[in-house]
Amino acid sequence: MISTFLLPLAIILFISVSVWISLQGKSQHRIAVIDANGFFKDYLKSDSSIIFNFSSDLDTLNYAEKGNTAVLIIPQLQEGQLTIYRLKYKKQLALEGTSDLEGRIDNAILDHMIYQKTSVSRAKLDSIRRGGKIATLRSYEDQGKIAKASNQGASTAIGYICGTLIYMLTFIYGAAVMRGVMEEKTNRIAEVIVSSVKPFQLMMGKILGIGAVGLTQFLLWVVLLVSLALLAQGLIPHNIMMEVARQQQANAMGMSTGPGVSAAAQKVVEFTGFLNTPNWGLILFCFVFYFLGGYLFYSALFAAIGSAVNEDVQEAQSLMLPVTMPVIFSFFIMTVVMRDPGGQLGVWASIIPFSSPIVMMGRIPFGVPGTVPWWQLGLSMLLLIAGFVFTVWMAGKIYRTGILMYGKKPTWRTMWKWAFKA
Amino acid sequence: MDILQVSHLKKYFSTQRAVDSISFNLSKGSIFGLLGPNGAGKTTLIRMITGIFYPDEGEILFEGRPFAPKNDITFIGYMPEERGLYKKMKIGEQAVYLAQLKGLSKQEATRKVKEWFIKFEMQSWWNKKVEDLSKGMGQKLQFVTTVLHEPKLIILDEPFSGLDPVNSNLIKDEIYSLARKGSTIIFSTHRMEQVEEICDHIILVNKGQKILDGSVAGVKQQFKENLFSIGLEQANNTPPAIAKAFEVVGTKEDSLIVKIRDGYRSNDVLSHFINEGQNITSFTEILPSLNDIFIRLVEGTPLARQFQPTTA
Repeated sequence: MISTFLLPLAIILFISVSVWISLQGKSQHRIAVIDANGFFKDYLKSDSSIIFNFSSDLDTLNYAEKGNTAVLIIPQLQEGQLTIYRLKYKKQLALEGTSDLEGRIDNAILDHMIYQKTSVSRAKLDSIRRGGKIATLRSYEDQGKIAKASNQGASTAIGYICGTLIYMLTFIYGAAVMRGVMEEKTNRIAEVIVSSVKPFQLMMGKILGIGAVGLTQFLLWVVLLVSLALLAQGLIPHNIMMEVARQQQANAMGMSTGPGVSAAAQKVVEFTGFLNTPNWGLILFCFVFYFLGGYLFYSALFAAIGSAVNEDVQEAQSLMLPVTMPVIFSFFIMTVVMRDPGGQLGVWASIIPFSSPIVMMGRIPFGVPGTVPWWQLGLSMLLLIAGFVFTVWMAGKIYRTGILMYGKKPTWRTMWKWAFKA
Repeated sequence: MDILQVSHLKKYFSTQRAVDSISFNLSKGSIFGLLGPNGAGKTTLIRMITGIFYPDEGEILFEGRPFAPKNDITFIGYMPEERGLYKKMKIGEQAVYLAQLKGLSKQEATRKVKEWFIKFEMQSWWNKKVEDLSKGMGQKLQFVTTVLHEPKLIILDEPFSGLDPVNSNLIKDEIYSLARKGSTIIFSTHRMEQVEEICDHIILVNKGQKILDGSVAGVKQQFKENLFSIGLEQANNTPPAIAKAFEVVGTKEDSLIVKIRDGYRSNDVLSHFINEGQNITSFTEILPSLNDIFIRLVEGTPLARQFQPTTA
């Protein structure tokens, strides 16, 4: 059971390591530039990834000897006419590198032309742009009499987290059920137990037992997170809390910055705003419902597979594929739906029981009944209940025969027979 | 009174008629041998009696009432041939848990497990895990968990496999004492000498059908070939006897093995030798061993049961 605690940590570690590796992968390029126009050296600035070398003694033959990775040849550019500039290299730049270079050259040309025609420099343009940021949009969810502050970013983040959690938990606990069933079968205790209880009871015992463990662990995580949040709040100094209160007042009056409010307090307000926007009660309730529903739906299928295979792990993996595919597929649908939570794909995927636990949990933080109307939520829940009743019933039939069968790996055809003919 | 009445029980699988119309009665307190070659259908038959499989056809009466697995399985103790326990679980807890599954309360189960552990000198095992046990120790534990709830019907499939002679005798004595207390025991095995020693009643199953049913003594009588061993003082220098009543089929040390012809009795053999003036030192009937009977009946059956269509 320790593994279920460690797995989320392992995933976080995995993500941070891969991000770190992708950041490490960038190497610095030194590019020699032969420019027939003469203005590029004012606009192409060297930085950590590319160093531009404008020495006049460079040509296409000696650039490599002088320590450059590539040479860029820019002929005289004519306005209104497409001109080709070339990059010669010994060591190829990554695709990212070439597109980065293209962008820099386009910007250089643009900056040059703006300056030529209006005498406005890039620096001046940027400072005007910064100074112009004096209005922000704040959106509210219309709930009849009350308008509730909504936060697209918060909804998206929470939706992602919920959907991903359901996805991971389905796999972790579903696989645990399968392993448990396989263990009972290979230990040969199954026959001893089924002479005392019905095979269906044995299977349901396994599913419900592991489900209860999962739920307990999840609630422990929630308690842990909430107490950590409260602890963190307690650690904020008193004077900042006062500023926070002032800022909240200012917000209520429609001002963006209250008098004498520090940046730290602003952050706290932003964050508490983030925490207070979603309807946590509903999210938590739905999460538990969809976790249990999705878990029952899929773990029954996992149990059926565990009962059908023998000791062989490979057998289990090949039979698992049709069960894991819809879970993985739902996860991908969820990532797409997050961009348009009210769209057709989202609606259907969150109603069909195969994908509803993951996709619906991605959508719910965007607001019920705003983004997700009540009828969709109700229908989705009803269908999920019907769905797991069906998979549990079917798994029970397969399990009953499979748990006492040893020898050859069953085909899908024979499993179909166990489920619907026997 | 019969504890179990099985009539015309059938179970067909897609490739085999595993059990094809088997009937037998089992009287209370008897030790019953269920014999048959590998793949004869014994396990399928047992699984129907333990409520694991539903029969396709036929009827099982348990204590005179139709067998209702839901309640009746608490009166049955089953030790399958392919047995197993939870490897990571402590032995004591496991025995208590399995007894609770048979309807015992936790206190009662704990008390009984302790009693049995003392009887089998297993007290020190309580907190060990099954994976730490040897095969024989595991076997003893399995036996304890099977009989702990004092079932009316105990089904033991090859209970002595993997046990040394001392532990075999321990289990054998327990089987006798359970039978004396009124439990009925179904004993499935290939070891014929154990069947002869332990069982009152046997049935032999082959290819899903019952081919023999009776008491051990009765079956032996049924299959006797009228062979007698007659010990003579001068067996070696006696010329082969020519007699109407019998023929000599072999010699063994100081004895002749004779087969009595139809229509004659054992006394006719004796009077033949008495008339010849021979001194008779012994005279015994040779009964076939169950092993011989088993082999004779099952011989000719292909070693592996062939797949057959079940449309019948």
